Formats: sequence, C-alpha cells, structure tokens
Amino acid sequence: MEKRELICIGCPMGCPVTVEMDEDKIVSVTGNTCPRGDAYARKEVTNPTRIVTSTVKVEGGFVEMISVKTKEDIPKEKIFDCVKALKGVTVKAPVHIGDVILADVAGTGVDVVATRNA
Amino acid sequence: MKTYDIVIIGGGPAGLSAAVSARKSEIESILILERDKELGGILNQCIHNGFGLHTFKEELTGPEYAGRFIEQVEELQIEYRLHTMVMDISQDKVVTAMNSTDGLFEIKAGAVILAMGCRERSRGALNIPGYRPAGIFSAGTAQRLVNMEGFLPGRKVVILGSGDIGLIMARRMTLESAQVQVVAELMPYSGGLKRNIVQCLDDYGIPLKLSHTVVEIRGRERVEGVTLAQVDEKNRPIPGTEEDYACDTLLLSVGLIPENELSSGMGVELSRVTSGPVVNESLETNIEGVFACGNVLHVHDLVDFVSEEAAAAGRNAARYVQEAGKRAKLQAAADGADEAKERFGEQTDVEEESRSSAKQDADVAAQSRHQAVEIRAVDGVRYTVPSRIHVERMEDIQTVRFRVGGVYKNCFVSVYLDEERILHRKRPVMAPGEMEDVKLRKEELLKHPDLKTITVKLEEI
Repeated sequence: MEKRELICIGCPMGCPVTVEMDEDKIVSVTGNTCPRGDAYARKEVTNPTRIVTSTVKVEGGFVEMISVKTKEDIPKEKIFDCVKALKGVTVKAPVHIGDVILADVAGTGVDVVATRNA
Repeated sequence: MKTYDIVIIGGGPAGLSAAVSARKSEIESILILERDKELGGILNQCIHNGFGLHTFKEELTGPEYAGRFIEQVEELQIEYRLHTMVMDISQDKVVTAMNSTDGLFEIKAGAVILAMGCRERSRGALNIPGYRPAGIFSAGTAQRLVNMEGFLPGRKVVILGSGDIGLIMARRMTLESAQVQVVAELMPYSGGLKRNIVQCLDDYGIPLKLSHTVVEIRGRERVEGVTLAQVDEKNRPIPGTEEDYACDTLLLSVGLIPENELSSGMGVELSRVTSGPVVNESLETNIEGVFACGNVLHVHDLVDFVSEEAAAAGRNAARYVQEAGKRAKLQAAADGADEAKERFGEQTDVEEESRSSAKQDADVAAQSRHQAVEIRAVDGVRYTVPSRIHVERMEDIQTVRFRVGGVYKNCFVSVYLDEERILHRKRPVMAPGEMEDVKLRKEELLKHPDLKTITVKLEEI
C-alpha cells in the first residue's frame, strides 16, 4: 500500500490530503474538507495535468518575444518536453492571440497558441 | 491647454477598466496616459495562466486578460498616449506630462483617476548586509527580462520571499533551465497562493524554507553565494543556523509598494497601512474629483478585483463630471437670476424657484462631502478600502475590501453599525496573502440615520 501526500489547491484552506493507493487503484482519500479536494486528489494521483506557458521569439514585431501557452492542459510529465520543443521556435509578425505556434506539441495532441499580439 | 473630462494616469488593468466603465457611463472625453510602449501594464509580463476566473469565467494568461480590455478600449475609441510620463498633477487637476513627440505639455482634467499601480520593494528596503554585486534582481524585473526581453538573468538562483511573483519566477526560471535552489520566507507562512506553492515549487522539487532570511550576500562583481539563517519569533536570525548556498542570482519577492509620488505631490492623503490614498465610498480621495483604483490604492491579490474596483472608480468619476456640469449650469442660472434682479429690481416666481433649487443642490452636495461615516479596522483587520462612507452616495451594495494581519483559523468576520452587529460570517482560514471583503447594503445603513462608525473586525466566536 502506497501513501501519497498532497495539498489541495481548490481554495485558500489548502487541506493536506492523503491518498492510499494499491498499485494503480485508489483505496482511500482522506484529509479533504469538501468534494473538490477528493476530485483534485484523484486526478492528481492518476492523471496530473498542467497548462504550460512560455515565450518564443518573434521577428518583425514591435516586441522581442511573444507569450504562448498550451491550448489545453497536458500531462505533467510532458512539461519539460513541451518547453524543449519550443526552444528555437521563431515566428514572424503579425501574430494574433490564439494563433497556433506549434501544433501537437511533444506528441500530446495539444497545440501551443499565442497569448499576445505582435 | 487641452481639456478632458477624465484623465486616467496609467494604462494597466486598473486604468483600462476605469476608462471602459467611464465611457459606458457616457463620458465622451477620456484620456489614458501610459509610460510604457503599450497598454496592459504589468499583465504583459505575467504570461502564466490563472487570470480572469471571476471576470470572464475562464482561465486566461496575463497578456490575454489585458488584451480583452485593450480590445474594448479600442472599440470604444478611447484616446490614449503611450511613452508618456506624467510629471505632476496640481490640486486644480492640471496634469503635466511629457513624451518625445509632444515634449512637455499640460492637460486640464475635469476628474482624475489615479491608476499608477505599484512597484516592488528593493534590496535597499531590507538592510541585507554584504557587497552590492550584480545578480540581485526583484522578481518582477527578472520576470520582465525573461518573458518580454528574452534574457535569462542567471543560472543558479536563490529566491528570498514567497510572494506570488517569486513563486511564479521559481517555476519560470526552472523551465528556462536555471537551477532554483531554494525559496526563503521570513514569515512562518507564505504570502503566496497555495496553488502557486504546489504548482511552482512542489512540482519541481524546490524547497520552501519558512522563517528563514538572507543574512549575507557574497561576491564583489557578481553574486557568488548567499547565506540563509533561520529567524526567531521576532524575525531575528538565530546564530548557528546559517547555511551557505552557492548561486549567481538572488531574486527578491518581498512585497509591493503603491506608487504614490504623484498623489502625494498633489496633496492626496495617504494611508500609513496601505501606502495608498485614503478614499471614500466613491473611491474618491480627499481632493474632490480625484479618484484612485487598483494597486496604487492598495495591493490586490487578484486582477479580477482590480478590474471590478476600477470600474466603480470609472462610474464614480463619470458621475462627478456629470454633476459638476449640472452644478455649473445651475450656478449660471442662479447668477443670471441675480443679474436680472439687479437690473429690473424685481423677480418672477420661476426665477426664485430655480435659484433656491440651485442653492439646495449645492447645499446637499456640500453636506454629503462632509458627513461621512468612518470605517474602523480593528482586531486583526489591518485596513479597509474604502475607509469612509457617505451613506446617501453609496451604491446599493458597497464592497469593502480588507486584509488580515496574520493567519486566522475558524474565525468570524464581523461588521458593527455603531454597537449593533449586522454581519457575522465564519471563515475557515484567512491569511495576509488573500484579500477579503464584506458587502454593505445601503438599505440597511439608511435605517441608522445617526450612524457614527462602522467597525470591521475578526472575532473568535
């Protein structure tokens, strides 16, 4: 039986949540005050995901860099692959919020899109 | 001299929202003055997500959130000038500003909205002993360098202070291949959001050392290392707890200070707790027709609340301009009647009526300016914004924002109208990092015609 200790991020309370695991199966979730904590903990131990934000260089714009993000959250373990894939990427102005900068980043099926105009 | 009904100082989130709301309140002549090369303020460098959950019901990045408001400003054709530094504002609302195309120029404003934001506390405010080498940055400066200019300020990093910008930069620099060794926090709790501690530190295995501070900075040309030490309950370093860290960069995320040089220059009264202007229910300062909103007023935790507050400032400034217009007309009418009387030695009933109503209006306005109910912030509540209320001028529901002075568990937020408790709300956890608020209902306050003070405090039961 494995125990995973987490802090819920659902609200400022930050409940310390303990998840008991038997191999890949969740046996129990304790420490949470509300259902959001339970849902957060289950997702966090089975399929943790994050939105990744970064920047890429832009040519011909009135700024040096534009900010970008993964359009949806991607698996947590893919964060560094995503950032690496963006290294060396340069785009040409004009760029608009929502433009796809890099499709299907790091094999996640998720696009990286611009979050500012340039 | 050019004249505008409303001049807004600062084109960040507060200035943008105030401008949009003033235009929606039917003010045509609005000017935003911004010193940077684009609108959006500090949001442009906050490329992480988590903005706008309250305002737009979705999670946006900083530039996207700013973009939504910039779009509205463009659509509503609100005038703005970039690269423009405001040098001075006089008490009669003449704004002196400069830029490289117009040179030094003056603008007469009907109303002024202060929306200059805040700046970061620097090393000088902390009294850290040691040399003054290169490699010491405020977290926000590092953020601008990495996210907007494309520079990495260092490779081996120690961060002092666990404010949100420091936490966000711990993650950002890690993703850009810097090695963030530790975040040290003087207080026994973090000033940052839980979510940021988990997703910026825990995700990357960066330790957070509470009750620790930097006691020495080494290196003559460039930072070579820092020494951390644990502190006691009075925040004094405990001898024997020192630990050395080799690093080339020290980031400081140790608090924000509202940027009020312009405000104090024009005689705006500042609060010693918030370092921002003291304002009434209309977010109006002690100078009539001068309003304040956003981080220049008090440092906010979420930009959504800045937008909300600034929208109120915009509406109130619009109302002030419109009422001033009416007063001027009535005054002219009253003067006209006086003149007619002098000329003809008699007056009609109509003239008499218009004159006395003008006088009444002026009297009511004068009275309402002076009869304000003070809001006392005591027992764990550090301050409130606003800090005084003219009941007859407040909106139907008035938001009063505040911060608490420590971490409180299972306490009640209470509001008293003189001796009578009208609100008693349980809060499982309150911390200095999070802004709190209470809502006052005008209807309820009007039931207390002799109201002297409103008290906002924390109670254990």
